[in-house]
Amino acid sequence: MSDAEIKVSAEGLMRQTGTYKPPRDPMQIVRWTLLFMGAVVMVMPLVYMLSASMKYPHEMFEMNIIPREPTFENYALVLSDGRFLQWFVNSLIIAIATTVSAVFFDALVGYTLCKFDFRGRYIIFIAILSTLMIPTEMLVLPWYMMSLHFGWLDTYWGIMFPGLMTAFGTFLMKQFFETVPDDFLEAARIDGLNEFQIWWSVAMPLVTPALSALAIFIFLGNWTAFIWPLIVTTDQSLYTLPVGLTTFSVEQSVQWELIMTGAALATIPTLIVFLVFQRYIIRGVAMAGLKG
Amino acid sequence: MATVTLRNLVKAYGSTEVLHAINLDVANGEFVVLVGPSGCGKSTTLRMIAGLEEVSAGEILIDDKVVNHLEPKQRNIAMVFQNYAIYPHLTVRKNIGFGLRTAKMSKADKDRRIEEVAAILSMTDYLERKPSQLSGGQRQRVAIGRAMVRDPTVFLFDEPLSNLDAQLRTQMRLEIKKLHQRVGNTIIFVTHDQVEAMTMADRIVIMKDGHIQQIGTPAEGFHKPANTFVAQFIGAPSMNMLDARWHGKRLHMAGEEMSVDLSLPEQSALTVGIRPDDLLVSDAPGVFSGTINVLEPLGAETLVYVDIGNGQEVIAKASGRQPPALGARVNLSLDPANMHLFDQTGKAIA
Repeated sequence: MSDAEIKVSAEGLMRQTGTYKPPRDPMQIVRWTLLFMGAVVMVMPLVYMLSASMKYPHEMFEMNIIPREPTFENYALVLSDGRFLQWFVNSLIIAIATTVSAVFFDALVGYTLCKFDFRGRYIIFIAILSTLMIPTEMLVLPWYMMSLHFGWLDTYWGIMFPGLMTAFGTFLMKQFFETVPDDFLEAARIDGLNEFQIWWSVAMPLVTPALSALAIFIFLGNWTAFIWPLIVTTDQSLYTLPVGLTTFSVEQSVQWELIMTGAALATIPTLIVFLVFQRYIIRGVAMAGLKG
Repeated sequence: MATVTLRNLVKAYGSTEVLHAINLDVANGEFVVLVGPSGCGKSTTLRMIAGLEEVSAGEILIDDKVVNHLEPKQRNIAMVFQNYAIYPHLTVRKNIGFGLRTAKMSKADKDRRIEEVAAILSMTDYLERKPSQLSGGQRQRVAIGRAMVRDPTVFLFDEPLSNLDAQLRTQMRLEIKKLHQRVGNTIIFVTHDQVEAMTMADRIVIMKDGHIQQIGTPAEGFHKPANTFVAQFIGAPSMNMLDARWHGKRLHMAGEEMSVDLSLPEQSALTVGIRPDDLLVSDAPGVFSGTINVLEPLGAETLVYVDIGNGQEVIAKASGRQPPALGARVNLSLDPANMHLFDQTGKAIA
């Protein structure tokens, strides 16, 4: 019996007895190492944020992860400050209203561009898509000028209006409506539904995973939005949470422990959204082939 | 119930005409099947009747009223689609009742109507199920139920059985036919399957390249095909086609000649069509003789592919119990009355 045959029969025996372990792939070790390093880079800021929120100011710049004297005083302080609750509510109102509006209009426009054949359809689609190429920083000035002239400064509407409909969402929904067979829509047309009813009662339920993914993306985007709410509001009572947290830094000092505590509290809704809808987020990212 | 009339119906996409002046009269309560190969225009015709495609020229009349510019919902028709088009997010009850959403009926009346339709289709026990929990045949029944619930004047079926397996297709074919006998509505049914057309229709409309080739009963399509296309399309296996010449009061084909009572100009070129059912393997001398190339046992009978010389092969039928041997030399007999003669343009010679 040759060496090779002995090896093969030994492997067979180990397979039968369940003691066989396939040889480690060296590339897999490399992949896991890279994955671990990536995870550390992603998770460490969050861990440090939580850690810092439980530290006293004098311990803030020490790199220990576990605080020497852990405290929840920062949380008590932030939560007892009425402004924090106001900012939290502002963020919630703006994120929810923007999400509802963007999902509605993105789906409506995406459906129209996908399922109706009309002159200029392609040009409109390209025009909407091309807005994706313009960075937010460049749009801030025209948005501000509009807000100034229409009297939208220091209003909820002023904070929300740029996000009430999104090019990304329109593109995403158009792609998803492509997967809805026309037979469904034609059957409904024969059954006597008008075009809006067909969209609402037939097409929309068929793209629920896409709607969920889009809603999550938009909610998270608006919840963490900083630049535009900072520019359009000067009244502290209208601040959103990310903007409000910056008030913890004053000229002479930055209250990092309070900023970290506020940030940790601000993460809670996003964590809830993520935990409840994570399968939709993953599916949405996978389906759209886009980064979340 | 209603009549449907198509008058010089044309469909064009840009400068490309795909349906050329179609004329058809469907009687009240009639079951008409549009049949033809892919791309012949049968589905387009149906979709135009439904109002899902615009009419380029001509008229569509339902109950003698021109409906060209009416919305689908105003035509009082119902359509069953190839892919069922039942909504996956709704239960069977809601799917069947979908067509009643816009009807001015009380909820109790709607529920009663849904129950009635479900009972007709034997779907009462499945009313609370979602389509994903149903078999292909049950889904098709739901689609039919949704069409029935509004009590439309005309039913349109667009290849509704093509996604079903062979056994289920036969079963559903029978169910649709029974349903028609029971409710008696006018039905226009599209299929590419000539067996479906033959078994279900009161009349079949055979189409090719946007033209109607023949309108008639299934028996007429089979026994009196209007042209070579119909002759070959209707019937399985396909009709044997042989080139022939009329010369000296005799018909010459495949190296053989036979005496037939015909009044044709001398030296006329013809095509002779012979159904495999009419070409019988026999021991006695026949019209042709040749060698068996292929045998296809079908149980009750055996299809025999016979090389009759000159590079020509014909299909004949032999007994299923005692089929001839592969490679054997056989005689093929034929009753000349069962021959179909076509001129050089492919038209049947009366």
